[in-house]
Amino acid sequence: MLKIENLHVKLEEEDKQILKGVNLEVGPGQVHAIMGPNGSGKSTLSYVLSGRDGYEVTEGAAHLDDLDLLGLEPEERAAAGLFLAFQYPVEIPGVSNMIFLRTAVNAQRKARGEAELSAAEFLKEVRTRAKTLNIDAEMLKRPVNVGFSGGEKKRNEILQMAMLEPRMCILDETDSGLDVDAMKLVADGVNALRSEGRSFLVITHYQRLLDHIRPDVVHIMADGRIIKTGGPELALEVENNGYADILAEVA
Amino acid sequence: MALPAKKRDDAAALLAAHPAPVGESRWATEAREQAAAWFLETGAPAARDEYWRFTNPATLISAEPPKGEAQPAEEPAIWSDVERIRIVFVDGVFRPDLSDDLAEENLTIEPLSDALSVDIHWARDVFGLLEGRGQAPVPRPLASLNTAVARQGMVIRATGKVSRPVAMRYLHEEDDCDAVIRHVIRVDEGASFTLLENGPAAARFNKCMEVEVADGAEFHHVRSQGREHERRAVTHIFARVGANALFKTFTMTANGRLTRNECVVEMTGDNGSAHIAGCCLGDGSFLHDDTVFITHDAEHCESRQVFKKVLRNGATGVFQGKILVKPGAQKTDGYQISQGLLLDDNSQFLAKPELEIYADDVACSHGSTVGAVDPTALFYLTSRGVPKDAAQDMLVLAFVDEAVQEIADERLADDIRARLQAWMARRRQG
Repeated sequence: MLKIENLHVKLEEEDKQILKGVNLEVGPGQVHAIMGPNGSGKSTLSYVLSGRDGYEVTEGAAHLDDLDLLGLEPEERAAAGLFLAFQYPVEIPGVSNMIFLRTAVNAQRKARGEAELSAAEFLKEVRTRAKTLNIDAEMLKRPVNVGFSGGEKKRNEILQMAMLEPRMCILDETDSGLDVDAMKLVADGVNALRSEGRSFLVITHYQRLLDHIRPDVVHIMADGRIIKTGGPELALEVENNGYADILAEVA
Repeated sequence: MALPAKKRDDAAALLAAHPAPVGESRWATEAREQAAAWFLETGAPAARDEYWRFTNPATLISAEPPKGEAQPAEEPAIWSDVERIRIVFVDGVFRPDLSDDLAEENLTIEPLSDALSVDIHWARDVFGLLEGRGQAPVPRPLASLNTAVARQGMVIRATGKVSRPVAMRYLHEEDDCDAVIRHVIRVDEGASFTLLENGPAAARFNKCMEVEVADGAEFHHVRSQGREHERRAVTHIFARVGANALFKTFTMTANGRLTRNECVVEMTGDNGSAHIAGCCLGDGSFLHDDTVFITHDAEHCESRQVFKKVLRNGATGVFQGKILVKPGAQKTDGYQISQGLLLDDNSQFLAKPELEIYADDVACSHGSTVGAVDPTALFYLTSRGVPKDAAQDMLVLAFVDEAVQEIADERLADDIRARLQAWMARRRQG
């Protein structure tokens, strides 16, 4: 599904190398987690994969199945089935959540040569999905993320994911700023979307999200590289001993 | 300081090019003569004048109008679905044959030349008078020119709640047309009235409107200054707002080479409200100037100015907005915001917000910002699959929407939004 090879990335504005050769392959239907200390390059990886400006790929490649991701615009990557749930969902005053979501869904359908959803079809779909995430009609009408609580913003991300039905989902610290109940709600939303044809890359600091979203594979990232890969037990090791032991082990 | 000879000569040449009507009633003739005298005394505007520093008036004051090619009218006309009384002007001349029947409950509409020929007419308490009051402390010479020479326009009085808006449409056919239009409006105590305006009007357009909003009355004005690349326009609104009255005006401008919209409002009765808003989409050789002056001369009045300008390819936006709170105008609530959104590095937004306050118990706030499209918001939208152009349009519409929201009637606001969207889509298609 997602294959990242020897990816090197630096900041465009300054001569600072962030990713120093990342290799990663996520198979269909798999859930991979990336854990790592602050500044290890986890969020950069998610931004580079989704096409944010400001980064320069100096070496390496990233493919979504046969598609060369790095040559595409963000909207083309989205239409191809890539989705990034933001660590800090962006507030956009003046744009209604509903109109934004419908525009996005239909733009993607159009890009894929599918028929656009009518207003009624869309409304029915979004209401059903919103209900399971505990998102009320009022929240849908409000401007995108404006005045939303931390939990509401993250649930809104998952709603977008549910509506857009991507095949490759990247969750960038979706647990940050959430209390236990909110985290469970978000995790349930994610788990409901798990399927054979859909893969997840879950970026997190903490093991607790992985109690709810069980990963198949756990990677530890440090200083722009993946330094260790293992099963779910690796996350527990981090939880119990911190990153220091692992860093020392590979040093 | 003596008036520079050029200012006086320019004024004299303009008066010579636009002879005043003859044979009107005594009060109208006096008002016109007074305005002409004031125009000669203050002179035509010049680029060195304090309130013309950002907007060069040269093409507005040349005796001959600059070249301006008439372009086909936009179809369908805006507000097509709104029940309205249509009044059509072609090249600045009222065309009854293209207009609806002017009879309407609670409303009288007369052509300007008719009303100004009547010896006893309510318009004598408004015509030239509100314009004259608005000449100090800042002179508005092109409005006095309008009072002195305008032959066309409508004199409108609302005596109760008027159910349908009046929609003025200004069509432009003759390329180098130089049009002058004057409307005089009175909304009686407790009455309410909505005026809509649209169309390119002329190659050069001088339009002035006086609006008396009596106690407890409501006046709503929504204007769409349509697409025509070469259009040059100077417009003035002079309003006097009574106690518990509401005055609202909104203007959307797209295109046009030079547009100067002045709005001068005097709040004379307690608990009055005045909301002045506008947005523009400027592309290329485009200058759009909103010059607003609000005088608070009563207690517990509220005024809002909300202006949003989207500029690209070297377009210029200007905002000069002033709130004057006179002694005794306690509990004034004044708000002013002007914002420029620059879509490239060639465009500019120039703002001059002013507050002058002589009462000690007031709340006045003002803000002015200029910026580009937020790249983070743009990335967020595109990362969800929205193409970059559409995402930028969404953000532009969101930016101007604070101004559009000032329109009270949702149908009229939605028409403005639809028009903005259509203009942006057309721009992308080339």
